[in-house]
Amino acid sequence: MKYMRSCKEVAALVIAREDRSLGVLEDAQLRFHMLICKTCPNFARQVLTMRNALRQWRHYEDVALVDASAEVTQPASAAK
Amino acid sequence: MSFEMQVATHRAYLLRFARLQLRNDAWAEDAVSDTILAAIAKPQAFAGQSQLKTWLVGILKHKVVDALRVNLREVNVSDLRGSGGVDEEDSDILGLIGFKADGHFQEHPADWGNPDQDLSQRQFMAVLDACVARLPPVQGRLFLMREWLEMDCDEVCKELDITATNLYVQLHRARLRLRECLEINWFGKVTSS
Repeated sequence: MKYMRSCKEVAALVIAREDRSLGVLEDAQLRFHMLICKTCPNFARQVLTMRNALRQWRHYEDVALVDASAEVTQPASAAK
Repeated sequence: MSFEMQVATHRAYLLRFARLQLRNDAWAEDAVSDTILAAIAKPQAFAGQSQLKTWLVGILKHKVVDALRVNLREVNVSDLRGSGGVDEEDSDILGLIGFKADGHFQEHPADWGNPDQDLSQRQFMAVLDACVARLPPVQGRLFLMREWLEMDCDEVCKELDITATNLYVQLHRARLRLRECLEINWFGKVTSS
């Protein structure tokens, strides 16, 4: 297994980490990449922000949300 | 307040979850009614060892999973099974983010700042709710089992009889889509204004 991973592969690991634990090698590759990359740490911070947001959202008490659902713009990818 | 009254105060919260999860108002109403009836019928089962809401959500979880199982054909979870479950471009689960051929980001992920305070805002929660509600049905349901019910992946796979690989693919897609939706509808607006 190669030591260096591309941003694309690292982004996949960052997402995967939300649902499964990484292998030792994957974890090392992720950490190493984060040290030398300017872009991926931003992506990882976004994922962390989402994790924190979801934790609050899970326990959010305001029950009128579904009825007063915000109008959101569909991501272009949603059409896929 | 009587036990029945206390249970009833949580009805709307339970309904919000059931609707998001089942995407069907009638099923959601049924699941919540069943939950409340079950709770009121057996108050002794709630020994006060946990929060009432937590206990009710625990009951609802089973009712929701039952409803999904009964309506399996309609909710298409069955599509996830077997070798055909992982479809089309699934070898590339990051297709929702643009990458160049060399594996670099096409567009740098934006700096979302430090939104800890924003996150508690009602407006943000409404956007997050709406983004979750607009996930494709199967992705959305699996995502909610993970994020709302806090089920671990083994549990979800067992309940729905799907493989871990299929589950991970769907969750990856859901998370990426959610990221994109938040970027467009919240963080993009906040940072540009």
